[in-house]
Amino acid sequence: MTVNLSKGQAISLQKSDGGTLTAVRMGLGWQAAQRRGLFGKRTKEIDLDASAVLFADKQPVDVVFFRHLVSDDGSVKHTGDNLVGGAGQGGDDEAIMVDLQRVPVHIDQIVFTVNSFTGQTFAEVENAFCRLIDETTGQEMARYTLTGGGQYTAQIMAKVHRQGDGWQMTALGDPANGRTFQDLMPAILPKL
Amino acid sequence: MTAELVRGQNHPLPGSRVEIRVTADTPVIAGATFNDEHGRMRDAGWIAHPAEPHLPGVEVSRQAAAVHRLAVDLAAVPEDVHRVNIMLALPARTGGPGRFAGLAAPCFAVTGLDGQEIAGYEVTGLSAESAVVALELYPRAGTWKVRAVGQGYAEGLAAMLADQGLSDARGLADTIDEAVAAGMARSVAPPQQPARRPEAVGTESAGAVGAASTGRPRGEQPAASADQPSEPARGGAPVAGGGTRDGAPVAGGGPIDYRHPRRAAATPPAGRQPSPQPPVPTAGPQPIAAPQGGPGQDAGPVAGDAPGWSMEERLHNQVWGMFEDLARTVAAYRSAVDFADTRMERELEGVLGDPRARVSPVADAARAEARAKHGALVEQARTVLERDVSQLEAEAEVVEPALPPALARWDNPVWQAYEPPAERPMSLRVGDLSLAESGGLRIPLLVRLPLERGLWIDSGRPRGSEAGSADQDELRRLAAQTATVLAAHFVAVHPVDQLTLHVIDPAGAAATALLPLVESGALRNPPAAGASGVARTLERLTQRVDLVQMAVRSKATDALPPDLDLADQLLIVHDFPHGFDDRAVNQLRYLADEGPSVGVGLMMVADRDEARGYGPVLDPLWRSLLRLTPVPDDHLADPWVGHAWTYEPPVVPSGSQVLAQVLRRVVAARGSTEA
Repeated sequence: MTVNLSKGQAISLQKSDGGTLTAVRMGLGWQAAQRRGLFGKRTKEIDLDASAVLFADKQPVDVVFFRHLVSDDGSVKHTGDNLVGGAGQGGDDEAIMVDLQRVPVHIDQIVFTVNSFTGQTFAEVENAFCRLIDETTGQEMARYTLTGGGQYTAQIMAKVHRQGDGWQMTALGDPANGRTFQDLMPAILPKL
Repeated sequence: MTAELVRGQNHPLPGSRVEIRVTADTPVIAGATFNDEHGRMRDAGWIAHPAEPHLPGVEVSRQAAAVHRLAVDLAAVPEDVHRVNIMLALPARTGGPGRFAGLAAPCFAVTGLDGQEIAGYEVTGLSAESAVVALELYPRAGTWKVRAVGQGYAEGLAAMLADQGLSDARGLADTIDEAVAAGMARSVAPPQQPARRPEAVGTESAGAVGAASTGRPRGEQPAASADQPSEPARGGAPVAGGGTRDGAPVAGGGPIDYRHPRRAAATPPAGRQPSPQPPVPTAGPQPIAAPQGGPGQDAGPVAGDAPGWSMEERLHNQVWGMFEDLARTVAAYRSAVDFADTRMERELEGVLGDPRARVSPVADAARAEARAKHGALVEQARTVLERDVSQLEAEAEVVEPALPPALARWDNPVWQAYEPPAERPMSLRVGDLSLAESGGLRIPLLVRLPLERGLWIDSGRPRGSEAGSADQDELRRLAAQTATVLAAHFVAVHPVDQLTLHVIDPAGAAATALLPLVESGALRNPPAAGASGVARTLERLTQRVDLVQMAVRSKATDALPPDLDLADQLLIVHDFPHGFDDRAVNQLRYLADEGPSVGVGLMMVADRDEARGYGPVLDPLWRSLLRLTPVPDDHLADPWVGHAWTYEPPVVPSGSQVLAQVLRRVVAARGSTEA
């Protein structure tokens, strides 16, 4: 079942049986640009990028994105850059896996973002979405439809932060503009 | 084809008449119960057991036995029966074992009338249980299906019957046990009935008895399980996911545990944590089980727990996996400590920043708090680090003895039984790596063979060291020795006559170190001495590189001269640049660049300072070589995080003859192939 979170809504990642969530995955999917086919008519590829920024006490400590696919400690892994998108059928074209049990003790927040590297706004991208999945059960915890999201090129999607012994996820869903996560930093910091 | 069921899996039955064969390690009671749509027995008459062996459509044995055949005619089962449970229980009053722990897993085979097996199920993971509902047969959409259940009960038959809603479960269980005890007394004691043995079976006899009583071929169990005869799983792999261990209810009706009984929990805490049961193809060589991975406790790490086509590849990948895990866990620790340090500094500065408060008790408290926060975070990080490192240490303890010669240290017993291999290994251990945080843990440094880049054993002073020139000679000696140890390792792990050594020792400075290679005959041609020797050796090798390259490019490998040595070549250069002129230096650079692609490896023993006269032209040469040091030195970076790892060269244990022995065997094997 899909939970379409509204902005600012928080979900505790405690499972119903009391155990805490151990692994989450952020998925990002979009439909590739229409093939224009013939020579001389170049397809304008769409490249969306998923990133995760690891914060300790509001200081960015590490970031996982297409240039740095695994956080130094190995707890956050990016499946690799997809430059063109997919079929738009709901599959993830890029994904970031977080092993929450292995996240270093000082990291207290992880922020997930989406950027349009090639500059198309979400209004121009077909079937784009991002979602957060409980990797242990495969259940979707939050989903955003990016398509039709207006004249924005980025979104600060959600943050996962420590809460007691476990983790909590807060849906942010804030539109922003920027080519990579660096451009979003000023927008992210107030959300921490 | 037979379906080998796992817990929770079901399989359709082709007809209504089936036979269920049960094979257990010791005499067991087999029974069947009927359940209504609520999963309950209507009354005490809905059970077939030794005292009352008949139910409509089901017949069970009157006695406890190690082998049972239950005839089932599902068409004759009453209409209101929604489920037929097939259960096993250990007889309580015959002096046999009181629980399934330590016994081989009971096996079920569902066969058709023609004897063709339809489905099989091995009830693994039992420990404290003394009764188990193994299978259920149930109708679904007009046909009957069988499901593997494997629900055990530590409290025995009574608990199982109570779970199915029987009010006088205790009484019925007693009746059954009495009947079985009486039956046992009547019959001649079966020969396989073991003498009363301790509950925790830890002796060889358990395995032997099991084999005798079940008739199941034990030959399929690899040698490793000799350490753990109480191992119930097939294949000698440690058992995980038993009813008790995973927290699934042992007594009382719980949901079916759908996890694979022999597979690890879904989310191991580490990114690439050793799982108790590595995913191995059944045909491939089985991983070597850790001796401590017995049933009923956490399964320990196993050697070969990594993907790969062969055991060698799996071990290679496992070592690299351990390397990465250690790099990452230390990165997490260092990052946390760094963060704690900067946070404390910032907080202390904040206190100092207010001159009025600088000496007040408030400031003292703030300082103390900052320090306490720092301490707490570092402590937390250290706990995580220690947990990870001890896990890796446990893995290393299992992996290290399992390594083949190419990956083994010289103190590994594998060298005692050394035989020249038939195939070239995929990688070679050139030393050990460690970090300050890793305690005693050493990660083997493996390089792929054939060498993609040459090795450079640095005989110069370690960078930043103030050691005097007195140490210089010692370093040279150690460097030459390291080169010899490495060369011997190279020769030993290549098949006979598939690696030819060349040594350049212009001034004879390394003669002592080279003795083992020369004396044993592993080095066929004496070390090339003097400028002429250098020139000759380099000339020969460059020519070989040229020829082979030409032949490969023009796809004319059959046109190579017949006397060309097709073995891989390893050139060891001592005392560089003594005896080298410009031409020789250029040839050496050529070999370093072009050699690896045509099987010519280079190992230099050199002090970069001594070659300073050549200026920057040699810089690319040094950079292209993997720098090793004759003494521990932290100059190697890992590819993931870039820690500076301390490299330790391979050493032969002092006083050990292992190197000479191994080289003798290499040379002896050469002789036998030539003869």
